[in-house]
Amino acid sequence: MRIGIDVGGTNTDAVLLDGRKVLASIKTSTTEDVTSGIVAAINGLQQQRAFDPAAVQAVMIGTTHFINALVEAHRLAPTAAVRLSLPAGASLPPMVDWPQRLVGAVSGRSYLVHGGHEFDGRHIAELDEGELRKAAEDMGQAGVRSVAITSVFSPVNAEFEARAAEIIAAELPDVAISLSHEIGRIGLLERENATVINAALRELAAHIVDGLAASVSGAGITAPLYLSQNDGTLMDVDFARRYPVATFASGPTNSMRGAAVLSGLDTCAVVDVGGTTSDVGVLRQGFPREATTDVSVAGIRTNFRMPDVLSIGIGGGSRVRGGAGDVTVGPDSVGYELTSKALVFGGDTLTATDIAVAAGRAGIGDPSLVAHLDRDLVRAALDKIAADVADVVERMRTSAEPLPVVAVGGGSVLLPDELADAGTVHRPENYAVANAIGAAIAQIGGEVDRVYAIEPGRREAVVEEAKQEAVDRAVAAGASPASVGIVDFDEVPIPYLPGNATRIRVKAVGDLQLGA
Amino acid sequence: MHEITIDHLDDIARGAAILGTGGGGDPYIGRLLASAAVRDHGPVPLVPLDEIGDDAVVLPVAMMGAPTVMVEKLPSAEQVGLAARTLATYLGKELTHIACAEAGGVNSLIPVVAAAQLGLPLVDADGMGRAFPELQMVLPTLYGVRATPMSIADEKGNRGVLDTVDNHWAERLARSATVDMGCSAMISNYAMSGAQARESLVPGTLTLCAELGARVRQARAEHADPVASVVERLGGRTLFSGKVVDVARRTVTGFARGEAKLSGMDGDMGSEMVLKFQNEHLVAERDGVPEASVPDLICCLDHESGEAVTTEGLRYGQRVTVIAAPADPRWHTPGGIELAGPRYFGYDIDPVGVFA
Repeated sequence: MRIGIDVGGTNTDAVLLDGRKVLASIKTSTTEDVTSGIVAAINGLQQQRAFDPAAVQAVMIGTTHFINALVEAHRLAPTAAVRLSLPAGASLPPMVDWPQRLVGAVSGRSYLVHGGHEFDGRHIAELDEGELRKAAEDMGQAGVRSVAITSVFSPVNAEFEARAAEIIAAELPDVAISLSHEIGRIGLLERENATVINAALRELAAHIVDGLAASVSGAGITAPLYLSQNDGTLMDVDFARRYPVATFASGPTNSMRGAAVLSGLDTCAVVDVGGTTSDVGVLRQGFPREATTDVSVAGIRTNFRMPDVLSIGIGGGSRVRGGAGDVTVGPDSVGYELTSKALVFGGDTLTATDIAVAAGRAGIGDPSLVAHLDRDLVRAALDKIAADVADVVERMRTSAEPLPVVAVGGGSVLLPDELADAGTVHRPENYAVANAIGAAIAQIGGEVDRVYAIEPGRREAVVEEAKQEAVDRAVAAGASPASVGIVDFDEVPIPYLPGNATRIRVKAVGDLQLGA
Repeated sequence: MHEITIDHLDDIARGAAILGTGGGGDPYIGRLLASAAVRDHGPVPLVPLDEIGDDAVVLPVAMMGAPTVMVEKLPSAEQVGLAARTLATYLGKELTHIACAEAGGVNSLIPVVAAAQLGLPLVDADGMGRAFPELQMVLPTLYGVRATPMSIADEKGNRGVLDTVDNHWAERLARSATVDMGCSAMISNYAMSGAQARESLVPGTLTLCAELGARVRQARAEHADPVASVVERLGGRTLFSGKVVDVARRTVTGFARGEAKLSGMDGDMGSEMVLKFQNEHLVAERDGVPEASVPDLICCLDHESGEAVTTEGLRYGQRVTVIAAPADPRWHTPGGIELAGPRYFGYDIDPVGVFA
């Protein structure tokens, strides 16, 4: 048995799974301290179906806590960014393009030090250890508690980042250190930004992870705890303490992964209809397709792995305006006030939920309160929702092949049974807690993203080498070796570089080795 | 626009990406560098081409190398300034103006950095009116302006001055030096007099970049069609709207060559367009028939936002509108065609003009 928990901004959802079978599921309200909501969710599962806590083999939690902390600039640690690049890069120091509010929130200090690599592995300059020690001394005096180290071309060669970490740790044994090559890709500013964000969240991560662990063990569960990552794979709690940034987009990812399992479709479009938005993503071999462009988080450009998700402002709480001929749905929503504002709850605002109830698609609130609605208006609103969602699904398609559509989330009753082009809409059982299921079934992954110089006739060998390394990394992270497979492969030649330079990205994924 | 302030840089970068015709590098780093330089040294005076004196000493500066490297090993304002100073010293002349070699991508903004750094005015003009992949592909080549002596500088302070027998050799040797410098170098070449600049540069292109960027921004704010607004300003036409269904890339002698296949939507439903590129878009074929080619500009814009899509950024499923715009008429002379027509890039076709 395993337990999956999704801690969203509004709801904390939990499921108890035996293999892939859902034994119990529950939705509770997210609490401010997060942990009491989790305790309530686990108790709820226990009440629905009594289980022996000792029989639980793993608990997986997906949380939006860290991204919210960044957006709200809340509880960020005083952080220093160290960049190993001189004599390059001095004109664009760390955090150069950040919103000033966030630079202030992390008490951002930055240090430029000699070092870094060329694209082909040569040194730009030797690492200046004296400079680093001086920087460390200054950080100590300034009360820095977390350090982000970024070296030029560290995705190609990480030696300087590792050495710099040793030196700073020796001078300042109590600070947390984050290394960029473990966090982002080629693209120095974006990778450095992600690393600084990670560093700023480390203290909060330790605190939250301790809280999560306490709430799980408080329920008598001794099984290991995992957090789900942006790419639909798991990390253990130690990893979560070190890489909170890797949880940033786990919410939509969990929904998509859950949809795959519930529907049995591993290549499909997933429409997750919530209260304010519908998020559409695409699963390829059971994993969310990743965004290939830079992703801006709280106004900061980053390049870590994020699912490619397109959102539109249509959800259960969307306001419905106009008449049958000119109806609009959203993008504004009554949000968490649904239960006081929607007509079915005695309110005075016409929402998408009222439309669903009037059309007989949902039994929420008091249906008699929407019985008076014009039939044509109800139909027009549903058609509008269907057309808008179909359009987004169509946008996400990458080939002429039609993609099946799976609808999940509490608001998915708003969708029709058939969607233009895509055909039947799959609406699996337990759709409302797909995100918790997605967390529970998450797997363990390993990734390689590097620029290779491919000599003539060596392509096959280089590709194999990269794939093997990804597999090895997945196994090292806890995947059961027999289950590991390559789920993503991408090869892009890089212009203006000699030696047939090619950027190769490989991702391997396998099942979590349970009870080992 | 009499001077370039920080507030202009977003628009210039956005417009420069459009004139980059799919290449030219992501102007993001260029915009940040320019913004840092302008913040440190103040706004950069922008001088119309026809207002510079005959004996002015005009020096174009540019970044040479791989955009992929530039986003990792960030250049500095000093490096840009160093390239210009090195050549000025070699020439023994006092520089009076900085200019742009190309008006597309990151190289629209590097000269802003140089001008700010050196405290010189920038000429509102460039050597191409668009982006091309090689150093000799500028109109001054047609007017007998020599690419060399040229300087090349890396971030470590290494500098080189090349003096070559022709402009093609300048490209070849500078490319080798660039690789040794870590694949991202700053260059300064085509030093020219004011008279030569007026004869051979394309006027008004920085203003054009700023206007294109502003049009895209404003159209989006007003929920109007940004692509139509760009087409109108460029005096071009829309070739095709479609969805990217296939992208094939390969690296040939250091350049990313490839083809993107688009499947038509809206009015182009049922048709197919193939874009052939070498960093920049070179030929656009509709259902097998070339509909536009170099030297004219073929730009691929996001169907909705109007933002330029680079050839590196092309991917499955994007909805794009391909537009074509006439190149400066001098590119359509026999010399211009020889320098940057389809045959130079290995396509055995005559150039197809936008309104042909």
